[in-house]
Amino acid sequence: MNTAAPKKPSTEVVKEASMLKQKVMIDENFTRLSTSNEDGRKVVSTFVPGNLNELLMCFDLDRNFPEINALQNGMRKKSGRLIMEAERNGQSEDVCTYVKSDLGMIEQGNIGPTGEKLPDPDVLLLSYTGCFTFMKWFELVREKYDCETIMLHVPYQADGSITQNMRDYVVKQLKDDVIPTLERVSGVKFDIDRLRGYLRQSQQAEDDLVWILQSAKNKPSPIDAFFGGVYYIGPIFTAFRGTEAATEYYQTLRGEIEQRLADGLGPVTPEGDFGKEKFRLVVEGTPNYTNFREFWKMLYDEGAVVVASSYTKVGGVYDLGFRHDPDNPLESLADYCLGCYTNLSLPARIKMLTNYIEDYQADGLLVNSVKSCNSFSAGQLLMLREIEKRTGKPGAFIETDLVDPRYFSAANVKNRLESYFQMLEQKNATQAA
Amino acid sequence: METFIGIDLGSTTTKAVVMDDNLQVLGRGITNSRSNYDVAAEVAKQEALLNARFHLFRQSLDGVSALDGRLDDFLDQLVRDFRLEQFLEQLIDLERTCIANADPERFGGETDALHEALAEVFRRLNKEAPDQFAPGAQRKSDFFRDIAGSRYLAVGETVANESSLSFDHVLNVYDRSIIDVENRISEESLSDKLLRALDRTFAAYDDLSAASDAVHAPIREVLETPLEETFVIGTGYGRARLPFSKDHIRSEILCHGLGAHVMYPDTSTVLDIGGQDTKAIQVDPAGIVENFQMNDRCAAGCGRYLGYIADEMNLGLHELGPLALKSTRNVRINSTCTVFAGAELRDRLSLGEAREDILAGLHRAIILRAMSILSRSGGIRDQFTFTGGVANNGAAVKALKQLIQENYGELTINIDPDSIYTGALGAATFAQRAVADGEVAQVEN
Repeated sequence: MNTAAPKKPSTEVVKEASMLKQKVMIDENFTRLSTSNEDGRKVVSTFVPGNLNELLMCFDLDRNFPEINALQNGMRKKSGRLIMEAERNGQSEDVCTYVKSDLGMIEQGNIGPTGEKLPDPDVLLLSYTGCFTFMKWFELVREKYDCETIMLHVPYQADGSITQNMRDYVVKQLKDDVIPTLERVSGVKFDIDRLRGYLRQSQQAEDDLVWILQSAKNKPSPIDAFFGGVYYIGPIFTAFRGTEAATEYYQTLRGEIEQRLADGLGPVTPEGDFGKEKFRLVVEGTPNYTNFREFWKMLYDEGAVVVASSYTKVGGVYDLGFRHDPDNPLESLADYCLGCYTNLSLPARIKMLTNYIEDYQADGLLVNSVKSCNSFSAGQLLMLREIEKRTGKPGAFIETDLVDPRYFSAANVKNRLESYFQMLEQKNATQAA
Repeated sequence: METFIGIDLGSTTTKAVVMDDNLQVLGRGITNSRSNYDVAAEVAKQEALLNARFHLFRQSLDGVSALDGRLDDFLDQLVRDFRLEQFLEQLIDLERTCIANADPERFGGETDALHEALAEVFRRLNKEAPDQFAPGAQRKSDFFRDIAGSRYLAVGETVANESSLSFDHVLNVYDRSIIDVENRISEESLSDKLLRALDRTFAAYDDLSAASDAVHAPIREVLETPLEETFVIGTGYGRARLPFSKDHIRSEILCHGLGAHVMYPDTSTVLDIGGQDTKAIQVDPAGIVENFQMNDRCAAGCGRYLGYIADEMNLGLHELGPLALKSTRNVRINSTCTVFAGAELRDRLSLGEAREDILAGLHRAIILRAMSILSRSGGIRDQFTFTGGVANNGAAVKALKQLIQENYGELTINIDPDSIYTGALGAATFAQRAVADGEVAQVEN
């Protein structure tokens, strides 16, 4: 008889070399940001989807990512307090919790997740406009810092493809507005060959990332492409894409995963090696960062591994073929912004997730919906229904939040997931019989 | 004999079903989930096993000529007498616990007066107890807490007034005692209690004394037949609290799906409205769950909503449906939020709307929410089976039938009078299958 309560995630986390390397990269960037203002380095704040990291590096700008600060605060259990601060200052309960975490942090002295001060930005670059909240977010930040703002308008891929017109339109903005403003703010002249050099690095890292994510097609999968995937996309979606450090990171990671494949091992979890793979899932939606490990544990305890996810594509859908191209630098930056997952239409997202279920031999789709995220969560129920219809595989739908700890109801999420896994088990057993 | 037991631990009530190896239901038991799921599971199981005994009594007494034509009446009387015995046993426990809690440390110089008052309260409660279990007596609930509680309050207030003692003191000792009493499981054997109840029943049928042996013999035989708990499966919200290993636990989705299939084999879509969950389940022709959806993050429009409304209106939960059915006009209630509904209810009352019309609107509001979860799960297919406690509420059923007709047309809608046991029935079926399929060779209980 088992009367023991389920064990909590252990505090000792198992880490591989790539994880340690990434931690150093992130910590160094926060430390660098903490002295940007006093050392006279110019700072840009920008968002993950459609970010122009390589271009920004051409102007020697330090890169600050408010979304990353919010999620890092979430993972470090600091976001709840910050969100309440923002609400005290008038932000509604329905506002995106990334925004509130950031605004609350700014109000409380702009001390970042690592405890180091974050810099005042010199320029805000909005390089993806599909998320309406991003615009409002930066309007509020601009009001606070009274700094330059660049808005790159990225047309929505309504018909599921990028046309030459759309590409030209983005390139024109890069030439006429984005680059001249960055030159003026930074005092650095734009050098296209420098950009080509960074893009060459990006390309290499992107090849490795795609190999890594597609390794989940193996059975058992050597990676978890959502919970583990969040770590894997860390460098390439943020301040490091285009750097040698990022390229090295992906080489190291690829080496580790090649070894896991050769050894027939499953993913690494915070509690060590994954047990027997029982269920393979595709996940749509964002992670919950305040209870990240607890949420992950609910899956790996049941033998569920995520083999593909849309979240690991929000900063670039590389597995559909896109690579940054040093030979066509500005055009490929345009294609990158136009192609990010959040800029895809619902039919395109449905097609992509349907293909994932088939290509990765998944048992079903899990949607983690965030009520306060209007751009990412809208239409998810419709997507679920349509994907179920096309694949014949059942979906599950849960609701949590990005970084507001008040909206993670562990008992309810667990209850639904357990029911879902038991249903899959029953179906699989019936099919096998 | 071998039995297979399913226990469904809900947020409001805990249900159990006992089956034999031919998948025949022998007994059903229900209790309030209280704050102690272990006790609730045990009590529900004991109640189901007791109910199974009565089922077996009926079979074994079938040929007894002295009971010809009145076997049902006789057994109904025996049930009432057994309930009375059970009630009196718990009343003794409550009295002892109250006396122990009425200590000088808390009540100082008033302790003696309080003890005297308690003795008087319990003397009166004991005296009136048989009336509560008389034929045709109406009780607001079958749970000890509810029956004893409501009478204790009424009698206690009278006694306190008569003895010039503060009613708060009388109330205070009750509040301290009831949870302990409720969480204690009777140590007396079932047989002893049943045989005492049988004496009472015989006293009610004076012409039966000559047939005493003819009646007693088969009853004793049933009582001597051990009901072996071959395999137990738990489900429901509190299943993680059950003292069972993983092999003995199934999710309520699987259990409701299978339970509905067992009740109505042509079921395709199941709606279960429980205390804090609304579940829409699609099953295949074998009762295997194909898909399901549940309410997320918010329990608006679940069974608890009706409980809250009943409290707000000072009605018993089972009185809501019949009152709402008297409605003659539609009142639209927009909020399925339990707390807001209270405000809307008071607002409507102040506007002069009739209670029954408002109640009908509230029932429609929760069904509207269920309809949205049903469409999320893939819609309603023929046949449709409605389960859970709310399926016993006529007004909810009426609203549901109407909305199905409007949205899906003519469908077969199944509602079993025992629909509250659907999850436990599914769990018991899983228990029987686990052994029959050789999934579990070893009896672990």
